[in-house]
Amino acid sequence: MSWVNAILQGVLLGGLYALFACGLSLMFGVMKVINLAHGDLAVVAAYVALGVIAVTHVPAVWSFVLVVPIFAALGYILQRTLIQASLNRSVLTTLLVTFGLSVVIENSLQQFLSANSHSLNIGSLVSASFSVGSQIRIAYLDLAIFVIAVAVLLGLQYFLSSSRHGRLIRAVADDREAAQLAGADYRHIFGIAAAIAFATVAFAGLAYGMYSQFDPSIGTDQLLLFAFEAVVIGGLGSLWGTLAGGILLGVAQQIGAQINSSDQILAGQLFFLLALVLVPQGITSRFSIGRRTA
Amino acid sequence: MSDAGRPLLEVRDLTVHHGQLRALHEVSLRVSAGDVYAMIGANGAGKSTLLRAIAGLDPPTGGSILLDGADVTRMRPERRVAAGIVMVPEGRRLFPSLTLEENLLVGSSYARPGPWSTARVYELFDWMRDRRTQRASQLSGGEQQAVAIGRALVANPRVLLLDEVSLGLAPVVVRRIYGLLPELIASGVTILLVEQDVSQVLRAASHIHCLLEGRTTLEGPPGKLTARGIESAYFGLAAKTGGASGPAGAL
Repeated sequence: MSWVNAILQGVLLGGLYALFACGLSLMFGVMKVINLAHGDLAVVAAYVALGVIAVTHVPAVWSFVLVVPIFAALGYILQRTLIQASLNRSVLTTLLVTFGLSVVIENSLQQFLSANSHSLNIGSLVSASFSVGSQIRIAYLDLAIFVIAVAVLLGLQYFLSSSRHGRLIRAVADDREAAQLAGADYRHIFGIAAAIAFATVAFAGLAYGMYSQFDPSIGTDQLLLFAFEAVVIGGLGSLWGTLAGGILLGVAQQIGAQINSSDQILAGQLFFLLALVLVPQGITSRFSIGRRTA
Repeated sequence: MSDAGRPLLEVRDLTVHHGQLRALHEVSLRVSAGDVYAMIGANGAGKSTLLRAIAGLDPPTGGSILLDGADVTRMRPERRVAAGIVMVPEGRRLFPSLTLEENLLVGSSYARPGPWSTARVYELFDWMRDRRTQRASQLSGGEQQAVAIGRALVANPRVLLLDEVSLGLAPVVVRRIYGLLPELIASGVTILLVEQDVSQVLRAASHIHCLLEGRTTLEGPPGKLTARGIESAYFGLAAKTGGASGPAGAL
């Protein structure tokens, strides 16, 4: 039964990882931008939530109402300025620029907000749980985060497949120049995609801030790494792959923790390496955003 | 067919460089409403560069482009679509992961008002309706070319730029595509096309313009041009004796 429990907890944790990863996946799929500041942005979202809560006194769970739109706007602006400017030079430049952004964010947080860890206080909800059978306990928070993650991914998938702007995002991802010839300003479409990616990373950062403690260094040390692993296991540019990749990573970590509680992260990395060797294209090859080189 | 009034599309002394290479050297042309204006020339003559410059993809280093008298030389490509210049790019360039219908819908996203719609394109190509949910990458070359033309038409262009629509297609398919041109003209579209297949163009065009190494070597209505004149303009004075892939073999 304890193994079933480990797998179940892993699946729930995987939802959080998928939430972290989908924005990374979207920005890569559409703009070919590997955003190395992705994890740090999630941490910034959690800090912004702390500020929003301190100023407005809203309950922590409702902070997303302000933080997510702020991040969407930030994503659009950052894409239209800094990231587009570096994209105009070369794709490799974006790697350097987002790496620089990551360093700036992490050190600024340390400088101005100290290296102390924080968490978003959601009161008794953090430990509330319910039992399934005699040995399995599921925390409401974990379940809620998983449900939100799946809902965000479903919403994103629906947006991309069915809306006018989603269609334009896929068209621009396929062939930027051909989209221009259809009248689409790809820079604006990129901005929309970045706004969505930043909105999802804000969700992820808030969820993480409620789930665990955060400090300025965690963005690069853990979150970015987990997001990358989920994306690569699932297959670059594929949303469902990202969810599957996140879940597999979460399950691998929980099984590792079940064997020895200090092996959680190690088990995740080993599984990631194994997946990279066995299925380097990722476990999904369909439902991709954009062109795939067969 | 060209009347004495203001041309719909005018290109004045257009020069385009690709790095150090001068791909186009002071080329001028005037396309009147209702024309089928054909640019011919061998590989590397600068035909595609000309179309890409008119569509806004290759910035010119000199000269100007006017649409209905308004200077569009510095306009971004996506704005030119709204102004009425729409290009069918070389190699079709459909969105491979999108369905046939989604390709048309993207084309109509920023459409001008006009007679063309997805439904009208389905009337023109009746096979499309049944296969509209298929991915563009699953269509044959000829089918993709038809979708590419449909994707441009639903934007309701004033000037439709066709870049080598016959490339890689069977002759029967090429004939079918050229057979559509009268219907497009009748709907109010003006056509500027680029083609290597001279025999096809001579039948369809109202005006021929030949480029050689980026310069104009010949132009005029096809009735006033001789096969011999076209051949020497196409290949230049040092006329090669029609190689194996020589398109002028049809002449």
